[in-house]
Amino acid sequence: MDLLSNTVALSRMQFALTAIFHMLWPVLTTGMAIYLVIVEGMWLKTRNPNYYHHARFWAKLYILNFGVGVASGLPMEFQFGTNWAPLSEAVGDFFGSILGFEGAMAFMLEAGFLGIMMFGWGRVHPVIHYLATIMVAFGANLSTFWILVANSWLQTPEGGELVNGKFIVTDYLQAIANPFMVKSVLHMFFATLETSLFVIGGISAWYILKNHHQTFFSQSLKIVLVVAIAVTPLQIYIGHLSAEQVAHYQPTKLAAMEAKWETSPAGKPADWSLLALPDEAGQRNRWEVVIPNGLGYILEFRKNLSLPVRGLKEWAPGDRPPMVALIYYSFRVMSAIGFFLAGLMLWSAWRWLLGGLAAERIAQQRWLLRAWVFAAPLGYIAVEAGWIVRCVGRQPWTLYGQIRTVDAASRIPASNVLTSLTLFALVYSVLLVSALYFGSRIIQQGPNLHLPCPGLDNQPAIATQPAAFVPDQRPLEAQQ
Amino acid sequence: MDALVHFLPQVWFVILALFLFLYVMLDGFDLGVGILSLTTSDESRRSLLMTSLGNIWDANETWLVLVGGALFGAFPLAYATILNALYIPIFMMIFGLIFRAVAFEFREHSDRKFLWNLAFGAGSFLAALGQGFALGSVIEGIAVDEAGHFNGSPWDWLDWRSILVSLTLIQGYVLIGSTYLILKTEGELQKTHYRTAKLAVATTVLGALLITITTPIFYQVARARLFSPPLLYVFALIPILAMLLVWMLVRSLNRQEEATPLVWTILLFLLNFLGLGLIIFPYIIPNHITIYQAAASPSALVFMLIFVGFLIPIMLFYNIYNYVVFRGKVAGDAHG
Ligand code: HDD
Ligand code: HEM
Ligand code: HEM
Repeated sequence: MDLLSNTVALSRMQFALTAIFHMLWPVLTTGMAIYLVIVEGMWLKTRNPNYYHHARFWAKLYILNFGVGVASGLPMEFQFGTNWAPLSEAVGDFFGSILGFEGAMAFMLEAGFLGIMMFGWGRVHPVIHYLATIMVAFGANLSTFWILVANSWLQTPEGGELVNGKFIVTDYLQAIANPFMVKSVLHMFFATLETSLFVIGGISAWYILKNHHQTFFSQSLKIVLVVAIAVTPLQIYIGHLSAEQVAHYQPTKLAAMEAKWETSPAGKPADWSLLALPDEAGQRNRWEVVIPNGLGYILEFRKNLSLPVRGLKEWAPGDRPPMVALIYYSFRVMSAIGFFLAGLMLWSAWRWLLGGLAAERIAQQRWLLRAWVFAAPLGYIAVEAGWIVRCVGRQPWTLYGQIRTVDAASRIPASNVLTSLTLFALVYSVLLVSALYFGSRIIQQGPNLHLPCPGLDNQPAIATQPAAFVPDQRPLEAQQ
Repeated sequence: MDALVHFLPQVWFVILALFLFLYVMLDGFDLGVGILSLTTSDESRRSLLMTSLGNIWDANETWLVLVGGALFGAFPLAYATILNALYIPIFMMIFGLIFRAVAFEFREHSDRKFLWNLAFGAGSFLAALGQGFALGSVIEGIAVDEAGHFNGSPWDWLDWRSILVSLTLIQGYVLIGSTYLILKTEGELQKTHYRTAKLAVATTVLGALLITITTPIFYQVARARLFSPPLLYVFALIPILAMLLVWMLVRSLNRQEEATPLVWTILLFLLNFLGLGLIIFPYIIPNHITIYQAAASPSALVFMLIFVGFLIPIMLFYNIYNYVVFRGKVAGDAHG
């Protein structure tokens, strides 16, 4: 099968590319929105101008990411029709409705208040501004909720059945509350939060290392740390619960995650593979480092398995996921990052207890700060790896157990898909490089600590006089 | 139950039309301003144009996401077939919108503004072009088999009629963009847009006339519908009303009024939209698939109505609030 003339393969590559690229931006905007709510709230409460400057500084990175997030989200919305028309028709009743809710509830809320949040300083009363910020954060997280409802349903389609190639829903609430929904939403929610925390923390640590605005950025580092103390261990725990539900509902995915070819019977211990070189043609692992009897502890916190764990050989090659090595290593990378970030949190909290994070001493913790800088991109890697486990591990199904990926794809000329795929690759490369470049510029410029705070008392609820715009670029209040 | 089977798709047809109209009106002026930015070489002027959109372009574009979501959920067959058939124009639009969306942020930070100016202007143009082609070919009808699946060729969307529709739509966007800028700017800049608005009125009306004349000649089905009695009167009324609105619009432009040109333009858009809706109804892919055939099951339509329907007034409310907060001119003294 020639790849360049295989529409299904090209559509899959296009979906993977656009989803992986899209994912880079919402991760930060949804998580950072919560951070912005925290600092703006602290400003309103304490009236300490530093918190105001935090809100303004991080919002600049926020809006940069937001723009690319919207731009790359649009193709996602329309690709289901262009490249996955049979799927769209089959599952439109439920899947389409959920995308509709996402638009009406989440995106509109986010977009409707973003203007006020970014440019409304000095135009509306700070309390109203704060409400706008909360709405943006709420909208972003609502979109996480709905899109994960949709995706979880693809993993565990419930609430109806496939009749003549069309999924007839009998119980919408059951379809929404499908078996994967709760834990997947939580895992994603904490993923966005955790990634954003370590990005903010990493950038703060970089400033402290460079001796720029040390007191200012030790504040953000501490806020991040406080939240991370709760988030990092929870994320590992929810990750564990996700693995359990995969074991229960998607045995093919679990077998691929563990590169497990042979079935382990119930009532006995089984080894857990730490590292391996899976060989798909030979249906075995070329070499392997195992932790003896580890699998039972990992899945069930005890030595003996209560249920058998089935190996890949139990399914015909066409009924189990391809690219076992990719799934296997993506899962390990994600987990390793989860433990690393939790460890970094523990180390920092310990230093904090010893007084090492006080403003005068923080700059001396050079190794700790370097570890934070190193950790800044790790969340992204974990998120992408997690999605690869989830989506590639679902193969060969798009609607797990019901609609195969080959049957889900539109029959369009491969040349069309090849063209759009190539364009996406080119355009997205330019966008990625530009966003990184402009982002690093924003970081290099640093915060503007001279920006006057809007007054809390002398500000009318809504300005009656339209504020004067300067002809340059943006309204004065947004220029910082 | 039988009444429900008809009633629900009709409700969703109206909701979809509402979302589409809001999109065409709001992102219409947005894209129009983008296209107009191609004609200016003055950097601070372009800054003003982009500033006038900074706080709203995203919300405007979100109506498109809603159109997509509502179409997908309420008429899955139409969503699948139309997007499948229009692969090329849809991606034209998407790439155009991508360029435009990132231009807002990137231009701000860039030293080479030229590139992002181009991305903004050309992106707007490309997006409008793709939309025009899509609209044109949906009106013409898309080739489908008995199951309603697309069975035409990937270039079906391109012919002189869809080109005509596309060019006219672009003119319409320029018109509404110009009248928006008349409202939002002052001085020299405003004068410029009185001129572009007048030009755009002429070209839009010309395009609309050509489309109106050629449609009944070429489309038998449309002709049959247009010339049957109850609708005949409505359709006779539409051109008359349109002429009236054009006259009011030109008059307001001549009198250099500020807000009314935008109002007349919006009404003109609305009128066209109603006419189009009446021609198309009850089809969603004209002459092949009716809204009843394409509709999701009644339970899905009710389910969506519960979640989306009650949000419509709320969405409208905070969108309007956004415009209220940012009302007024964007120009500073330098351009006063
Ligand atoms: C973390 C959760 C998350 C995930 C898994 C996805 N998205 Fe997303 N998406 C968001 C979170 C988000 C967001 C945070 O809400 C964005 C980013 C920036 C923005 O404006 O909204 C967004 C933007 C965004 C937009 C533009 C919205 C606008 O104009 O305001 C669309 C159409 C989509 N997304 C569609 C999708 C689809 C179809 C996905 C699945 C394949 C998807 N997103 C995955
Ligand atoms: C939450 C919303 C998402 C939905 C509804 C979704 C759905 C889909 C669909 C329909 C496909 C194509 C059909 C298939 O190959 O099975 C797919 C493939 C894929 N998606 Fe997801 N996806 C989502 C999010 C993501 C994200 C955020 C990523 C990456 C960061 C991702 C990574 C992939 C990959 C790598 C593939 C290709 C798998 C393959 O073909 O082998 N997905 N997904
Ligand atoms: C030890 C730690 C972790 C474990 C055991 C774990 C486990 C899992 C499992 C089993 C899945 C697949 C779920 C499925 O296919 O349905 C998954 C998905 C995912 N993981 Fe993790 N994970 C861990 C840490 C992390 C971290 C630190 C992040 C990011 C910061 C992360 C982000 C994701 C994402 C975004 C997905 C896909 C979406 C979802 O299932 O919600 N994970 N994880």
